[in-house]
Amino acid sequence: MSRVRDNYENSRFRRLLRWINGETDPLEGKMEMKPLREEELKGESVYDPDRIDRARVERYLDDVERNTEMRAFRVVYRLGSVALCLLLIAALLYAVSWMPAVGDANAPANNEVSQRYVEQGLEEVGAVNMVTNMILSYRGFDTFGETCVLFVAATCVIVLLRRRRDDIEKAKETDWKYEPKPDAILQQVTKVLTPVIFLFGVYIILNGNLSPGGGFSGGAVIGAGLILYVTTFGFHRTQRFFNEKTYDCVKVGALTLYSITMIYYFYTGANGIASLFGTGTAGNILSAGMLLPINIFVGLEVACTMYCFFALFRRGGM
Amino acid sequence: MNFVQNFPCFSIVLCMVAGIISTPLKGKGAKRVTLFIVSLVALLSFVTLLYILFTGTGFTYTMGRFPAPWGNELRAGLLESLLATVFSLVVLCSLLGGMDLIFTDIAEDKVNLYFILVDLLLSSLLAILYTNDLFTAYVFVEINTISTCGLIMIRESGRSLIAATRYMIMSLIGSGLFLISIAMLYGVTGNLLMEYIHVEILELAASGQYQVPLLVIISFCTVGLAIKSGLYPFHSWMPDAYGYATISSSAILSSLVSKSYIFLLIKIFYCVIGFDLIVQSKIVNVLFVFGLVGMIMGSVSAIMAKEIYRMIAYSSVAQIGYIYMGIGLATEAGMVAAVFHILTHAVTKSLLFLSAKGLNEASGRKRVYPALQGAAFRNPLAGAAFLIGSLSMVGIPTLAGFISKLLFATAAIDGSQRKMLPTLIVLEVSTILNTIYFLHTVVRIYTPVGAPEEYKDVRIHPTPGRIGALVALILMNFGLGLFSQPITDLIRAGIEMFA
Repeated sequence: MSRVRDNYENSRFRRLLRWINGETDPLEGKMEMKPLREEELKGESVYDPDRIDRARVERYLDDVERNTEMRAFRVVYRLGSVALCLLLIAALLYAVSWMPAVGDANAPANNEVSQRYVEQGLEEVGAVNMVTNMILSYRGFDTFGETCVLFVAATCVIVLLRRRRDDIEKAKETDWKYEPKPDAILQQVTKVLTPVIFLFGVYIILNGNLSPGGGFSGGAVIGAGLILYVTTFGFHRTQRFFNEKTYDCVKVGALTLYSITMIYYFYTGANGIASLFGTGTAGNILSAGMLLPINIFVGLEVACTMYCFFALFRRGGM
Repeated sequence: MNFVQNFPCFSIVLCMVAGIISTPLKGKGAKRVTLFIVSLVALLSFVTLLYILFTGTGFTYTMGRFPAPWGNELRAGLLESLLATVFSLVVLCSLLGGMDLIFTDIAEDKVNLYFILVDLLLSSLLAILYTNDLFTAYVFVEINTISTCGLIMIRESGRSLIAATRYMIMSLIGSGLFLISIAMLYGVTGNLLMEYIHVEILELAASGQYQVPLLVIISFCTVGLAIKSGLYPFHSWMPDAYGYATISSSAILSSLVSKSYIFLLIKIFYCVIGFDLIVQSKIVNVLFVFGLVGMIMGSVSAIMAKEIYRMIAYSSVAQIGYIYMGIGLATEAGMVAAVFHILTHAVTKSLLFLSAKGLNEASGRKRVYPALQGAAFRNPLAGAAFLIGSLSMVGIPTLAGFISKLLFATAAIDGSQRKMLPTLIVLEVSTILNTIYFLHTVVRIYTPVGAPEEYKDVRIHPTPGRIGALVALILMNFGLGLFSQPITDLIRAGIEMFA
């Protein structure tokens, strides 16, 4: 007859199951987990697991010098993860050794798909930069999705980090007082550099259909310029031209116009309706139809997102 | 081209637009926009379904000016539009059912962000259903992952942050494996559109080229999507994520998010790799074994759970095991059963979560079992809804769960000899375990004796939204159970459209 356990919670199977389910308690098995019996409760000292000095126990748990069980577990755990990674790496390397070589002219990727992008992109879409042709027109839906990834990522960061207004007011007393550091060299250099950076970003965006670059890279440059400005001159001065309202307006405006453009493009394209956007003269900035406006919208969204990330991580608000 | 064929594209883009324009709105405005758009999407998907039923064939939709394989493409068949309809209805019910809690659980200035995340989540679900292009699928898998994280952590309690972190780590590992497999697939076939990859892969299989990369692709893709959908050993994010998010999130996540990945996997099996190659590669057997283990272990964990939400979450682990078991049978009947169970689980799990919230409200917002004693008398509608959901999950005739179990059992009997006995035995054992944990809860909520004194006089009057959502989900449960024949025929026809 099997022994009846009164503490099946601590049985090996239960512990394994709990570990797999990710419920392992750091106090597990390290101290008496059974509730005290009725007669052991005296006066007000009611059994309450929260009252146990967790910090002390955890300190003991992390003390691998003395806690041999934990040490053994950690060694096994680390070796296991290294082995798993090595296995994955080996599988991938082995598989890659069977893949077509880089630059192989007969590789399956060099087929009629990329051939049309290279040979007819200029004629069909109208931009000299064939990467722009591909990402904004041939595969425009993917890029629209990617822009929405940025949008949803920014939304999540706001969910996680945006502080309440009164919290920010309180923080002004402590954190804001000492910011920015009045560094004369930094400020002078920034005064010279920021306009150039902004101009360069605008240049990259506007020339997206002519030269390497486009909305994503140009927007990143503008965002970096904003971050440089805000680290040098602080949020007060930045808020004079870029606060949360401007941020919302720019972002919502850019994304709404972008989605309207894309709906129009999908609808006319799929239904065979002639589009209002022509291809224009190749090599002009005002060519390639909808690519220039899309580059501008994407650039604005990327710049906003970069600045939003920085501002939220820095102080939990715009 | 008929105007109806634009509807899949419209529903995806409209959801995105709804998310975008909700940014400057207050919570109430964002709520109106979202409810309107979600209902509109349900309507559009239903019309698409009727259109495809009427014409008898699916259609592809060029996203833009350039045809496949150069441009993006959507593909709508019976299965896609059926799932899109059910998914948007479930989102609508979950939102309505938990609307009052969205406004109390979440900080006032962040309520509109919640609706943005729901809109984008729905758009990604629809895009994953409709897409005919693997890279588009990946882009929307990203949106899905990030917005799911947001939906879990927006409640800003400590546990939900931990749950979101866990979810993100597991989910990103899955995404990474999936992305690697797409990249390698592009390397050996030179295409990203499903049909074109399929043609190339058939050629490769005939000529015997690139067999090793193909095997790695199949395994990475399957394992990646299995991790993302929470197949058994990768489920540890589920209990916390479902238990501590606001209730609409729990209902949406448990019933839809993991199902969309499973559907993507089924679509890849049929449209990209080809089902014969998948069967040859034996990866279905791996899924079969993990599905069986999940069915048992999920139920065992659910029995051991001490609070109602964790019990429902572990029950989800078991149900996902059922779905993978159906896929692992590697027959068309098994696949039909798996897809039917996706529908069953979507309508039942959201019902269970919403009704569990009702019971929880009737017990001073405590989630442990002793506090729930007699809760069904304090909130009769939630009690009845929980009873019906439980009976459906256990598999009582006239409810949806019975039909899925019947389909699984018949698929096992008609399928291969070696898989029949394990399937039937595990199905039996798992059903008994289901009965134990669901009926144990039902008995507890219907036992008035020993109910906690402080809640004895509590009477909960659910909000109209909650009543509507619960009644709609109960009706959908009965609908799936009573009209199962046309629906299974529909699913079978949809799967045949894939091939």
